[in-house]
Order: sequence, then structure tokens, then C-alpha cells
Amino acid sequence: MSNNLLMGVVIFMIQMFNVSKTYSNEVKALVDVNVRIQKGSFVFLVGPSGAGKSTFIKLIFREEAPTRGQILFDGKSLVRMREREVPYLRRQIGVVFQDFRLLPNKTIYDNIAFAMEIVEAPTKRIRQRVPQVLEMVGLGKKGNLMPHQLSGGEQQRVSIARAIVNEPMLIIADEPTGNLDPETATEIMNLLLEINRRGTTIIMATHAKDIVDSLRRRVIALENGRIVRDEERGSYEQGSSASLPGSLAQGGYIQPGGTVLPGNNSQSLYSLQERGALR
Amino acid sequence: MRMRTVGYFFRESFRSLWKNGWMSIASISTVAISLLILGISLLLVMNSNNLVTTMESELEVLVAMRTDIDAKQIQAVGDKLRSHSKVNEVTFVSKNEAMATMKKQLGDRSDMFKALGDANPFPDMYRVKAKDPNDVSSLAEEFNKYPGVEKVRYGQGFVEKLLSLTEWIRMVGLSIMFLIGAASVFLISTTIRLTVFARRKEINIMKFVGATNWFIRWPFLLEGTFLGLFGSLIAVGLLYGIYAPVTTYVESSLPFVPLRSDASFLMTIFEIVMGTGILIGAMGSVISLRKFLKV
Ligand SMILES: Nc1ncnc2c1ncn2[C@@H]1O[C@H](COP(=O)(O)OP(=O)(O)OP(=O)(O)O)[C@@H](O)[C@H]1O
Ligand SMILES: [Mg+2]
Repeated sequence: MSNNLLMGVVIFMIQMFNVSKTYSNEVKALVDVNVRIQKGSFVFLVGPSGAGKSTFIKLIFREEAPTRGQILFDGKSLVRMREREVPYLRRQIGVVFQDFRLLPNKTIYDNIAFAMEIVEAPTKRIRQRVPQVLEMVGLGKKGNLMPHQLSGGEQQRVSIARAIVNEPMLIIADEPTGNLDPETATEIMNLLLEINRRGTTIIMATHAKDIVDSLRRRVIALENGRIVRDEERGSYEQGSSASLPGSLAQGGYIQPGGTVLPGNNSQSLYSLQERGALR
Repeated sequence: MRMRTVGYFFRESFRSLWKNGWMSIASISTVAISLLILGISLLLVMNSNNLVTTMESELEVLVAMRTDIDAKQIQAVGDKLRSHSKVNEVTFVSKNEAMATMKKQLGDRSDMFKALGDANPFPDMYRVKAKDPNDVSSLAEEFNKYPGVEKVRYGQGFVEKLLSLTEWIRMVGLSIMFLIGAASVFLISTTIRLTVFARRKEINIMKFVGATNWFIRWPFLLEGTFLGLFGSLIAVGLLYGIYAPVTTYVESSLPFVPLRSDASFLMTIFEIVMGTGILIGAMGSVISLRKFLKV
């Protein structure tokens, strides 16, 4: 792990070593996953339904524990982490879901303040910080409304505001644009990009081909629980990245670990499955 | 823990009590009824214990001496009784004393003794108190074999009955307390489970924004505790409302029944009832939370 530290600072937000996850019903959701995600990066997690994207995300904030392998968050082992340390891990991670998960009986302001009350932030700090994040997500004047009075896109902004309010190191988003129309989705993406620009690492699971293809960030593709592709400046489907400037070797790709994988033979199969999943 | 956080816990628990409305009222009433029965059986058991102790302490064996023996022989029996390991206290009552006591008790009607002339119908007697009232019957049997003893008397049969009655009341009281306690715990845990279920989304959100398990538990624990506390307050009120007139009645019309009504006794009962209520409430919520928070 010589390249783990850069001048004494962990440069990887997440590292997974031979991680497998088998659920109690014998479903192999992840198989032998090896991956490193640098701090400050923006990573897309793609793959057909059931590929293991949500499981990948759940392992990171310790909603699930891996069956085998090691996971490091900011250099700390999540496998050896004790149960009572988990809340403090989660305070460093902001989570955004497809279905927003706002409390329907609390105002927008209270929904966000709630996340700070839970970590016992001082009242003064809450009063100062909540309007600030509301402003940042463009809802400066809607703090007094209830969630049902907001559009889907606005509700997702609230959930993003809640995710960033405690200034986490990492944001994990599981299909954050899944319930939104393309324009609203673009707005949400711009917001996430802005947050990433300010230094927060973002891992986002998505089925939104156009978003992945237009942003050209790192793409980790899962299939049947295995990483089948891992490209810097990647695209949603394998191959389309080949025509792009700065992309990796034609017809194949290189994992950050250095393994060169052949691409052509699995391409057609992957695309077929993908279309099936999106139908 | 910050004061504001504590405030949050109380606010949340009261909000939930209020929101659960009928369910809260139902469990408070059940707890109240259960604790009322608990309180009544406590009062019964403690009063019968008291009664038994009073009676037991008055239980004694009367050892009547034969009239044809001399003072020395009577003295010897007395020494033997005093040195017995199971005997607590021995009092000698001479026939003259017995006569005097009887005359005093009869008062005006003591004239009837004049018919007897100088003759004294009473024997010399020893009043023996056992260390343990359970030994009374066996001691009586033993004393009966002492030379110079005419007759031994004690509350034959009565002692045994009294002791078995006490035992029975204790047993029944304990089982009732146990059953009712379990029922109340179950009821409160059901109520809390409903609250937890109604708020599972909120709990889920709390968990993923990094709330500690105790932060999540406290409001529910308080809610259960308040259900128990309110129930026990009602029970204490009812208990006092029932017991106070009963003691007044018993004191005036059945003065030989020693009912306890002193403040410290009542305080003990009320403390037990309230403590049990709070414990039942807390246990009920702990049971319903245990499974739920394991993520
Ligand atoms: N709690 C669970 N218990 C059992 N099996 C599970 C559980 N969660 C997920 N799985 C299974 O694990 C596999 C991976 O699921 P996962 O939710 O990670 O897929 P996904 O890539 O997020 O899919 P989608 O794109 O539909 O969200 C699936 O076969 C799923 O049925
Ligand atoms: Mg998923």
C-alpha cells in the first residue's frame, strides 16, 4: 500500500480489496471486487438492474457488511469497524436516494436541520448553516414549505442539501435522477458537479446514459456482481468511449490497477442486457 | 449530552404520546388497571403478613403444673423450660396471680369467687414463647412429657391454619403480580412497536444521517416510561381512593383487625407501584426496540 499515502495523507476515499457480498438467500450481489476511488473524484456506477450497484453503495456506508474482502474508507477498515462507530462513519458520508426520503411532516428547513440536530450540532451553527445550504441548492425562499408542496426536482435538492449540510467527505447517490425528467435531472447533476468542484468525492449509481455520456467521468461498470469495466472519462456503454479523445486503448480498456481486459467479445452481450434492463 | 438534545427527546416522546392518542390512553389504562391489582394484592399480602406476625408473636404455650407437687419441682420444670434451645421467653404465673388477674377481669362480678372460699381453682402455670412460631406444636408435645406437668395448651390447629393461609396469600399474590407484570410489559411493548412502526421511515433516515442508536432509542424509551408512569399515577390515585375509606371503616368497626395505614407504609406501597410502572414501561420499549435497531 505504498501509494496509499501521499505525504502522510490518504489519497483514496474508498478502497475495496477482493470484496464479495452474498446475501442470506445465496444471491451473489458482488464478486471479488477490487477498486480504488481517489478523493475528490466523481465516479459513475453503471450496470444492468441487479448488477450490484446498490449493494456497492450499501457496503460503503455500512448498511451491509461484505461477506469477504476488505473495504477502507479514508484508510480506515470498515470490516473491523465496531457497531458503535458506524454512526460516526455515516456522518462523513452524505446519502442521496432516488425517492428523496424526506420527512413528510417536517418543513424543508426542519428536514435539513434534523440532520444537524442528530449529530448534536450547536443551535447557532444550525441557524447559520441551514439557510446557507438552502441557498446553495437554490431553495433559499422555500424553507417554510412542506415536502409535498415541492416538485420532485426541488425535493431532490432538499435531500442533497441534507446530504451536504454536515459537510461530508463523500456523497453517495443511488439513482438520484431516477424519478426526474431530463431537464430537472440536468439541474440536479449541475448541483452535484458543483459540490464535487468544491472538493467532495461523489459516487453515483445511475441508469441515465445521456448524463454519463455527456459528463465523461470515471465509469465503473458492474455486471452480475463483477466489475467488467473501469474507465477514466468513460461512457455508459462500452465502446463509445473509444471514439473520444483521451480515451483508453481501442477495443479494450485498462483498469486503474493495470489489468488490460479485452473488450470486443463481451460488448454485444452487455449492450443487449442493458437494453433489456432499460426497456 | 446537550440540554437541547434532552429537550428534543422529551418533545419527541410527548409528541408521539399525543399522536398515538387512543393507543396511549389504552395502554395507560391497562397499566393503571394492572398496577391497581398489583397494589391491591400488595396491600393484601402485606396486611396479612402483618396480621400473621401480630398473631404469631402472641402465640404461646401454656404449661399447667400439677397441684400435688412442691415448689422445688415446679422450679425444676421452669429451669428446664428456660434452658430449652427453641424457647424464647418463659413467664411464671402463680395460681395466686392467676386468681388476682381473673378477679380483676371480672370486676364487679368477682363475687362469684366467694363461693369457693379459700380454695383456688387455678394451677401454677408457665407461659412459654417459642423462638419460631412453627415450633409451637412440637414444643407443646415435648413439654407434655415433662414430669410434674398436668396439661399443655396452645392454639391447637389454629397455628397451622394461619401459617398455611399466609403462605397461600404470598404465593397467589406473587403469581398475580408476575402475570400482570408480564401482561403490562407486553402491552407497552406493543404500543411502542406501533410507534416505531409508524416512524420507521424517520428512524431509517436518522440512521443514515448518522444518529447513534441511543439517540434513536431515547424518545421511545421515554415514551414507554411515560406510559408506565402515567398508568402508575392513576393506579396510586385509585389505590388511595379505595384504601383510605377501607381503613377508616375497619378501624371503627373491626378494631381487632390490625390494618396498616401509616404514611410510611403507604409510601412504600406507592413507591413499589410507581417503580414497577416505570420499569414495565422501560422494559416494554426496550423489548420492542431491540430487534428494530439492529442495522
Ligand atoms: N437485502 C437483500 N437480500 C437479498 N438479496 C438482495 C438484497 N439486496 C439486493 N439483493 C440482490 O442482490 C443483487 C444485486 O442487487 P442490487 O440492488 O445491488 O442491484 P442494482 O445494481 O442496484 O440494481 P438496480 O439497478 O435495479 O437498482 C440482486 O440480485 C438483488 O436481488
Ligand atoms: Mg439499485
